[in-house]
Amino acid sequence: MIKPGRIHSLESFGTVDGPGIRFVVFMQGCPLRCQFCHNPDTWDVNKGNEYTSDRLFEEIIKYKSYMDYSGGGVTFTGGEPLLQAEFLLEVSKKCKSKGISVALDTSGFILNNTVKELLDYTDLVLLDIKNYDPIVYKTVTGVQLSPTLKFLDYLKEKDIATWVRYVVVPELTDNLDSIRKFSTYLDDYPNVEKIELLAFHKMGEYKWKELGIDYQLTDTKEPSKELMEQVTKILATNGKVVTSNI
Amino acid sequence: MRQEWHDFETGSWTTDVNVRSFIQHNYTPYEGDDAFLVGPTKRTLKLWEKAQELMQLENQKGIIDAETSKPSTITTFGPGYLDKDNEVIVGFQTDKPLKRGIMPNGGIRVVKKALESYGYTLDKTTEEIYTKNRKTHNDGVFDAYTDAMRKARHTGIITGLPDAYGRGRIIGDYRRVALYGVDFLIEEKLHEKKLLENLTLGSPDIRLREELSEQIEALKQLKEMAASYGYDISNPAKDSFEATQWTYFAYLGAIKEQDGAAMSLGRVSTFLDIYYERDLKDGVITEEEIQELIDQFVMKLRMVRFLRTPDYNDLFSGDPTWVTESIGGMGLDGRTLVTKSSFRILHTLYNLGPAPEPNLTVLWSVFLPEPFKKYCAKVSIDTSSIQYESDDIMREVWGDDYGIACCVSAMRLGKQMQFFGARANLAKALLYAINGGKDEKSGEQVAPMFAPVTSEYLDYDEVMSKFDQTLDWLSELYINTLNVIHYMHDKYNYEKLQMALHDVEILRTEACGIAGLSVVADSLSAIKYAKVKAIRNEDGLVVDYEIEGDYPAYGNNDDKVDKIAVELVEKFMNKLRKVKTYRSAKHTLSVLTITSNVVYGKKTGSTPDGRKTGEPFAPGANPMHGRDKNGAIASMASVAKLPYKHAEDGISYTFSIVPKALGKNVDDRVKNLVGLLDGYFHSRGHHINVNVFDRETLMDAMEHPEKYPQLTIRVSGYAVNFIKLNREQQLDVIHRTFHER
Repeated sequence: MIKPGRIHSLESFGTVDGPGIRFVVFMQGCPLRCQFCHNPDTWDVNKGNEYTSDRLFEEIIKYKSYMDYSGGGVTFTGGEPLLQAEFLLEVSKKCKSKGISVALDTSGFILNNTVKELLDYTDLVLLDIKNYDPIVYKTVTGVQLSPTLKFLDYLKEKDIATWVRYVVVPELTDNLDSIRKFSTYLDDYPNVEKIELLAFHKMGEYKWKELGIDYQLTDTKEPSKELMEQVTKILATNGKVVTSNI
Repeated sequence: MRQEWHDFETGSWTTDVNVRSFIQHNYTPYEGDDAFLVGPTKRTLKLWEKAQELMQLENQKGIIDAETSKPSTITTFGPGYLDKDNEVIVGFQTDKPLKRGIMPNGGIRVVKKALESYGYTLDKTTEEIYTKNRKTHNDGVFDAYTDAMRKARHTGIITGLPDAYGRGRIIGDYRRVALYGVDFLIEEKLHEKKLLENLTLGSPDIRLREELSEQIEALKQLKEMAASYGYDISNPAKDSFEATQWTYFAYLGAIKEQDGAAMSLGRVSTFLDIYYERDLKDGVITEEEIQELIDQFVMKLRMVRFLRTPDYNDLFSGDPTWVTESIGGMGLDGRTLVTKSSFRILHTLYNLGPAPEPNLTVLWSVFLPEPFKKYCAKVSIDTSSIQYESDDIMREVWGDDYGIACCVSAMRLGKQMQFFGARANLAKALLYAINGGKDEKSGEQVAPMFAPVTSEYLDYDEVMSKFDQTLDWLSELYINTLNVIHYMHDKYNYEKLQMALHDVEILRTEACGIAGLSVVADSLSAIKYAKVKAIRNEDGLVVDYEIEGDYPAYGNNDDKVDKIAVELVEKFMNKLRKVKTYRSAKHTLSVLTITSNVVYGKKTGSTPDGRKTGEPFAPGANPMHGRDKNGAIASMASVAKLPYKHAEDGISYTFSIVPKALGKNVDDRVKNLVGLLDGYFHSRGHHINVNVFDRETLMDAMEHPEKYPQLTIRVSGYAVNFIKLNREQQLDVIHRTFHER
């Protein structure tokens, strides 16, 4: 019997974490401490509600018709879903057996055998790469960049469809030189179907205050349309598909 | 065959009145996209500008003008115009656009009160005639009401009853006038009357003979009315213009004669499309000209007005008329009933801008052509002006030529009418159950006296058994009250023109309704799954509740509580079915509140779900505000569980979402909304209002109404001009759950 999963919350109508209508599972617990995180309440591995894989699957399957009609599926996000790879493997197997498409929204920080097996049941990975400059990456997330790049290599090797996600934060992740290098680097990854640019927003700031953690980006502004367009242009070289949410 | 019908395929419609047969033999399904649509003509724009000027004036003054002496009949007023040179489709209810007529057959006091509230005085002679010489529906009802009925009405356990205003919710098959011409319809009615001659006449036959005579008279008056505009509608319409104009004349006659709460149009766009297609084929009309006909027809429908009292406006706010037009759907043979004109009528929301009327209702099927689905979704996202109802559910019950009356009531056109029954307040009934039949606000004994709950903490089984007892009493009282009302309405305020556009043998439904479903479901869930403590006043009356612990709330797709809601609908419906109805009407039930959820809340004390006294209910079948925690689909999935077979008068759900939560860009939003609607209707949801806008827009519109003359939002079952709602209702809309993630 595997351990039950710890889940922060469920969203029955997700439209921004993968294609179509998604049932989004916010997993509890994260090893990263991103400065711009809008869900810091998902960090603590001991919080959340316990679900068995059966119970979670029963919730997911209720929404199958919506997924089918919209070309959607289930998305595991968090937190860092890979912290609970064993649990998600169980759930994903059940989902796949019923024809539900599985997406994984991850930082790619963990790659062990369980994770590898989980990826066999994953249709799409939304890979959050917080920065391409290792030093900036460490500043932003508190951890190393290299595991994420190795993860991307593995996705390429297994030819798993991948959407790279990049959060644009003025004066933090708008280092254009590094973004240019990143763009060139991604040219070698044919499994990357799309790059999604997400504009930084402060809608999660109140959660930091509630949790009593110091929020460092209080004075940071949301990125301008011009900046988003500039980053889009850089990443869109050599025919790569780039979307931006503003 | 008549020469007006040249090139039409014959069928049973050629010899008998049968519009469905005409449609099935002659319509052209359209599976393409919206690229063929065109903008408004210069004439339309000029006319619309004038109409908008008048409407703005009306917004400032409340009403522009009102008749104070002559009661409105089909022929009371001669022709009226807005701008004759630019007006393609003609006809107003009175002699001037937006001027409100009076219809005292429903009740003279209501007319007087309504006039006075806008600063007009009812003519003395008219008042005297309707007080001394001519009895009204309202007088008849109060002559027959029992004490129990008066009490129930007064405390608000049954409210909104059509006992002082026209019952409405009857759809004449207005298409018949265009297809057959009035003379043929008169002949048919004469023939039907003749068939009733050789019997031993019992009172039902006598009543029917009198009604048929009234119907024939109304048809003659309709011809006279059209003649005043220079048109002879004795014969069938021969082209696109005549078909549109005559359909409108038929509807216009109805709204001159009746001011029922909902005066719906039916299902005309695909019918009219047959004439447009024929003229296009013959090369005698252009797309611009067709769109002009539809734009101008719709403009007239936007200018339908009735005189209402302030009390009425509290219940049904924003001056609604429910000119509901049903669009699309599928045929029984599997072909779609979507035509180019289904697109054209939705396109008026761009050509003329968004508007609450006509109440554009898309009959959704998962089998509809994809381009039409996408177009609907786009229109919803851009205008928030349309509602959707499940054709897949209703087609099974009502066939493929039904229309929606008011908000969610389906009826086979020309073959069915309803006795509108407003609604019973089930939340109040639950409080009566706890308090031994006493009203929780006044302490008055309203239901028969029985033992109240005396324990400190509420026990589920005890409350349920008392609730059951209360519902037995309520269902009997409710049906009997409706029987009184509709007996008198038939007698004193018979809808003679609308009924002339029906078959002689029709199905009647006794359309009951409930309010407070989510409040009761959550209350029972709280009693069952948490602990609910009763707080009593010095007289021992329970006036408030304290909840200890959590309970599963309706709106989270959790069967524990959703089942309670489902069973409640079925239970109450089965109780209603036991009580005999006037004219053997078939019992039906709606879960619909319109905007009266605010008024119901005001009249209802604190409830065991944690809702405080006076706070609004959720509208229709919606979950209570803020209690749905798992997102939009979980919420609508709870609603979709409610069984249509026990609520055949419709189950209303209102859904509001911010644009961003639908997707990252326009294409995604359209695609996701289509997926959402397909999923919901596939899961047997019945109705959904779709609103797409930001809360900030509404807040800004409250402060600066002048900037938002056309801001339209969907409330329970209809659409309303946001700035026409009173402040309390505006706040209610803003506080409701907006799905934002």
